Amino acid sequence: MPEPLMTYLVIPLAKIVVILLVLILGAAYLTFFERKVLAYIQIRVGPNRVGPRGWLQAIADALKLLVKEDLTPARSEKFVFLLAPVLIIVPALLVFSVIPFGPTDIWRLTDVNVALLFVLGVSSVGIYGIILGGWSSNNKYSLMGGLRSAAQLISYEVPMGFAVVTVVVMAGSLSLVRIVEVQRELGVWFFLPGIVALFVYFVCGVAETNRNPFDLPEAESELVGGFHTEYSGMKWAFFFLGEYANMIVISSMATVLFFGGWLPPFPNLLAPLWASPVLAWVPPPFWFLAKVAAFIFLYMWFRGTFPRYRFDQLMGLGWKVLLPVSLANLMVVALGVLLVGGPR
Amino acid sequence: METAALKTFADAEEMEVSFGPQHPSTHGVLRLMVKVDGERILDAKPIIGYLHRGTEKLFERETYNGCIPHTDRMDYTAAVTNNQGLVGAVEKLMGITIPPRAAYLRMILAELQRLASHLVWLATHALDIGAQTPYFYCFEERDKILDLFEEYCGARLTTNCMRVGGMPYDLTDGWTDRCRAFINQFPAKVEDWERLLTKNRIWRERTVGVGVISAADAVEWGLTGPPLRGSGVRWDIRKVFPYDRYNEVEFDVPIGTNGDTYDRYLVRMEEMRQSVRIIRQCLDRLPDGPVMAKVPKVIKPPKGEVYFSVEGPKGELGYYLVSDGGEKPYRLHVRPACFINLQALPDMVRGQLVADLVAVIGTLDIVLGEIDR
Repeated sequence: MPEPLMTYLVIPLAKIVVILLVLILGAAYLTFFERKVLAYIQIRVGPNRVGPRGWLQAIADALKLLVKEDLTPARSEKFVFLLAPVLIIVPALLVFSVIPFGPTDIWRLTDVNVALLFVLGVSSVGIYGIILGGWSSNNKYSLMGGLRSAAQLISYEVPMGFAVVTVVVMAGSLSLVRIVEVQRELGVWFFLPGIVALFVYFVCGVAETNRNPFDLPEAESELVGGFHTEYSGMKWAFFFLGEYANMIVISSMATVLFFGGWLPPFPNLLAPLWASPVLAWVPPPFWFLAKVAAFIFLYMWFRGTFPRYRFDQLMGLGWKVLLPVSLANLMVVALGVLLVGGPR
Repeated sequence: METAALKTFADAEEMEVSFGPQHPSTHGVLRLMVKVDGERILDAKPIIGYLHRGTEKLFERETYNGCIPHTDRMDYTAAVTNNQGLVGAVEKLMGITIPPRAAYLRMILAELQRLASHLVWLATHALDIGAQTPYFYCFEERDKILDLFEEYCGARLTTNCMRVGGMPYDLTDGWTDRCRAFINQFPAKVEDWERLLTKNRIWRERTVGVGVISAADAVEWGLTGPPLRGSGVRWDIRKVFPYDRYNEVEFDVPIGTNGDTYDRYLVRMEEMRQSVRIIRQCLDRLPDGPVMAKVPKVIKPPKGEVYFSVEGPKGELGYYLVSDGGEKPYRLHVRPACFINLQALPDMVRGQLVADLVAVIGTLDIVLGEIDR
């Protein structure tokens, strides 16, 4: 096989397939994981009937949704109704093209020098899925869910942007690979100097993925199903997968930006340990996935603990608390970088 | 055809949403026609009757003891207190004094029922506000209470556990020990839930100042039970018109100050502690003796009418009984707590947000079985 064909087509395609498979399966299994975690928080056992210890539950759910009748409301805007689930899942998957799972080229699809902008831009598209899905259903509850989502996105995108810029100031680069490399060179992960930014980022991340305590767009007890009230079968499953894929996106970004991506934990304290042959054998993506899993567990913990915010309180939190905090934090960090001398 | 429908969305500033009867948080089959402007509620109109079974008419063709199972099905989360009100009314008309052991048994069961009912309230109320986990904690405890009911009378939900003149059964061996074991571990659980909610910032933001009703308005509307006490009116049938042996036990009637959802929450949490206190005293003093007074085989109250009410978990549950001297009630009217409490709902939600609506429905603690009967 000619060399360019190999480098530019076969290998990337293989990687794309692997990433997609892992991601979609991962998102499906997150539902199982979430049900188990919630179950143990809530003194019950959770799914344990399908397969050994319930491990096939996610597969069974997927099968059920595949064969379920796919209803389209009579007075809906048909094309948009169909488009909305696609709009939510594609951006969520697209983001993974630039996320580095490991230090070498094998562990990532590509390294773009404006990867961070790409991630922010693409993941914002996903919100159209929710707004359009809510609008096209021609259902009052769905419409309210969609509108809530729009307002929520606008309020939380801004502080999240500032939190991310804090990291850019510290790293001096928009490339995700470079951001991790800087953390390795400095020997300190950005969550230490950027603890406030991490907090703002993650709160906004939870809000952007519409998860408890910010799950207003789909608040079951108020809006029945919110924007996806009218969706059924595979279309609904797309919304569901999209939500979980977005959780993985937010967790992955938090890992890359603040927790040193694929770097092993405690780089300074345990440095001799990591140099030892046994642990050096552990592939770097393991650390990446472990950190992502920790964040996702946090998501589920939230869901098991918090009540839901009200619409106006959510907006208040976004504009009156998170935005000023993230702005002030950005200035402090920028000043610190100026004084200490950042990367070049 | 579709453009016409969508145009109404675009033009509309006011939107009318049919909230229920199939809705996850209307606690049964309540239907509300809600007028909203965006998220703000302009008006809410409750529409009831989806669970109407004609209970009051059914009473008229049953013997007095035969009416008791029908009361189980009114407020199905508090069957024991429903039974208690009915048999109390008949006994009052007939002038029967029940044996002390029966009175104490009634109090124990009624207070256990109050706990169970408040647990359902807390579980669903928290779930409506978005906190899932308390639901399961509450239902675990409620199950223990239902186990005690089952051991006493064989039924868990529709207990049918009282008769005119006393109680149908005596306690099984060891029941008091199991009941004591339950109430000994229960207060710690209440503390746990309070730790999860009371100081929780989100919980407070969602409940403080939501669904406010002033003491004067609450009295005007005829509210009873926790919705009245949450507004600061110290009114509890167990204190003001003591029935059974409530005058022999010590307990406090907690009241709120602001009349908002948070105060009603605090009131009910404290009521749970007080109920435990009552049960403990009753168990300590439980006298020996018969559980049934001497009553004729066929219950035939004299001609006349009587009103008797008990403090149910949801509020004052009254029975207005008219007897023509026969073995069936001529007319038996129920004064349901939930029905009258629900009337205040439109006033409480007007001007608030949609999310508050479910909080207010939750805090009124309505059961449609009792509203519709």
